[in-house]
Amino acid sequence: MSRSALKLVTTEAKLLLIGIPVFFWTIIPIYHMFLFSISAKDQATSGRLWPKDPTWRNFEFVFQQKHFYLDHFWAQLGNSFIIAISVGVLTLFISTCAAFAISRLKVRGGRTVMNLALFTYFIPAAFLAVPMYKTMGNYGLLNHQLSLVLAMVTIASPYCIWVLKQASDKLPWELDEAARMDGATALQLFRLVYLPLMVPSLVAVGTYALLLAWNEYLYAFLLLSRDTSVTLAVALGNFLAADDSPWELLMATGLIYALPPAAIYYAFKRYMVSGLTAGAVKS
Amino acid sequence: MAVPSGLRAAPHFPETAMSTVALDLTDVPAKPARKAMTSWEKWGLVLVVPYLLIFVVFVIYPVGYGLWLARHPASYERLFADPIFFRTLINTIVFVVVAVNLKMLLAMGLSGFFLSTRWWVKILSVIFILPWAVPSIPTILSMRFMLNPEWGVVNALIYRLTGLDGPNWLNDPMLALSLSMLAHIWKSLPFWTLILLAGRMAIPAEQYEAASVDGASMWQKFRFITWPSMRSLFLTSTILSMIWTLGDFNSVYLLTGGGPADLTHVLATLGIRYLRLDQVDLSLASIVVALPLVLPLVYFMMKRLSK
Repeated sequence: MSRSALKLVTTEAKLLLIGIPVFFWTIIPIYHMFLFSISAKDQATSGRLWPKDPTWRNFEFVFQQKHFYLDHFWAQLGNSFIIAISVGVLTLFISTCAAFAISRLKVRGGRTVMNLALFTYFIPAAFLAVPMYKTMGNYGLLNHQLSLVLAMVTIASPYCIWVLKQASDKLPWELDEAARMDGATALQLFRLVYLPLMVPSLVAVGTYALLLAWNEYLYAFLLLSRDTSVTLAVALGNFLAADDSPWELLMATGLIYALPPAAIYYAFKRYMVSGLTAGAVKS
Repeated sequence: MAVPSGLRAAPHFPETAMSTVALDLTDVPAKPARKAMTSWEKWGLVLVVPYLLIFVVFVIYPVGYGLWLARHPASYERLFADPIFFRTLINTIVFVVVAVNLKMLLAMGLSGFFLSTRWWVKILSVIFILPWAVPSIPTILSMRFMLNPEWGVVNALIYRLTGLDGPNWLNDPMLALSLSMLAHIWKSLPFWTLILLAGRMAIPAEQYEAASVDGASMWQKFRFITWPSMRSLFLTSTILSMIWTLGDFNSVYLLTGGGPADLTHVLATLGIRYLRLDQVDLSLASIVVALPLVLPLVYFMMKRLSK
């Protein structure tokens, strides 16, 4: 009895020995961000673990755009929302159509399209950034938000098509046959049978595209440059331009910027984990 | 949905087998169904067109145009003559080899830790995902500020504990690159831990129970049960992680900006450096030079996934 109790204690201790460092490792950069965002300007760099007088002043400053760096905060926040939602919707549309055609309608050459898409997915987006930038210049789209939306759709859709194709290959084939026998058109099958059955995967994929666009920094700063048209991500990067940047305001803005994706991630975690982790790596 | 399993074979065979099944069915009501078939095929084409358009306009054209702009041998001569380029190449290889291996080993170990069903481990696993769920710009900037030699919290703590000035973290190329790797690991470790955790959970518990009965040690259980069933997943994950790490722009650019003196660039940030210096041909040449590193990995992944 006491021996098994001792064993229990030692395993618990071993687990804690891993768990405690993991906790601090994970939380420190995020806590640091939070700490700064609730510290007054002169307190922020004191090195204390909790500010002497925690304050929401920084957030007030951000919301009232009371700093040179924050002149267009609301516009930039809006840009981030509009671009992320556009990318989510457009990617969802394009990749659902493609996955349906490849997986269920067995369109000729579907396999090739899938392979091309997969190939695009595996080439790191950072390597495509400069060609994309030059291309958008040629198309006359530079500095238009449409360019960022289209670029992000290009980057997001291959993976979405693949995940949706994997999921839709698993749907029972008899459904399609029954629909065909009943004389349903392809669109009826798509709308009435396919879409309702695919909802979990569609949620996962739409969320993925939305978060990808919201989080994107490299393409956003390459393709957009006007202060009123950039996303919040670019605005945050602009704080780096000067050494005497108001870091407490940067951290407050960063926290505001980080909250929506974190909330979405946790809200849809169920879908994300089953839909994406299973799809990300097939053993 | 319980239909004879013979019919189920259909989806596994691509086009050819499919159309024969469909034809057998359509032969019964003769003409109208045959017409429906072709309209289905038409819809198939119509529905892939949006993606194909995106692909042609925003993948084929940029890649082709980029290669065309990078066609001059002179660009490569100038690229190879740039000492920063060689430094970058070495940095990239160090970054990928060290960061990926460290990250995957940690993920392998931690996936075992997160198997535990204790309440506090469950809570910790939710917190542990945060770096992955949160965008990297604010968190990496937060780290950058922590490491600031004058006002950063790290050096403030060092001063308070030892009375000594801490190092100028991001001003030393070796330290700065190592810290970029840590930032990269911080961000992507949760994802890979989750993937490997899924792999571990797929192993039947009876195997471990049987091994326990036989008196197997922890290491033996790992060596003879966990590893054989995880090997393939681990390899695939490592290769994919290598590709993603090669393309990691944020961890380096936002933490060090490639500095000090452009000594911490990696291939993912070098192209942007040349672009900022208005040397587009060098920028594209540096990407072309990176392809021999990336393409074999991509080929491996394609092979894996199209099996």
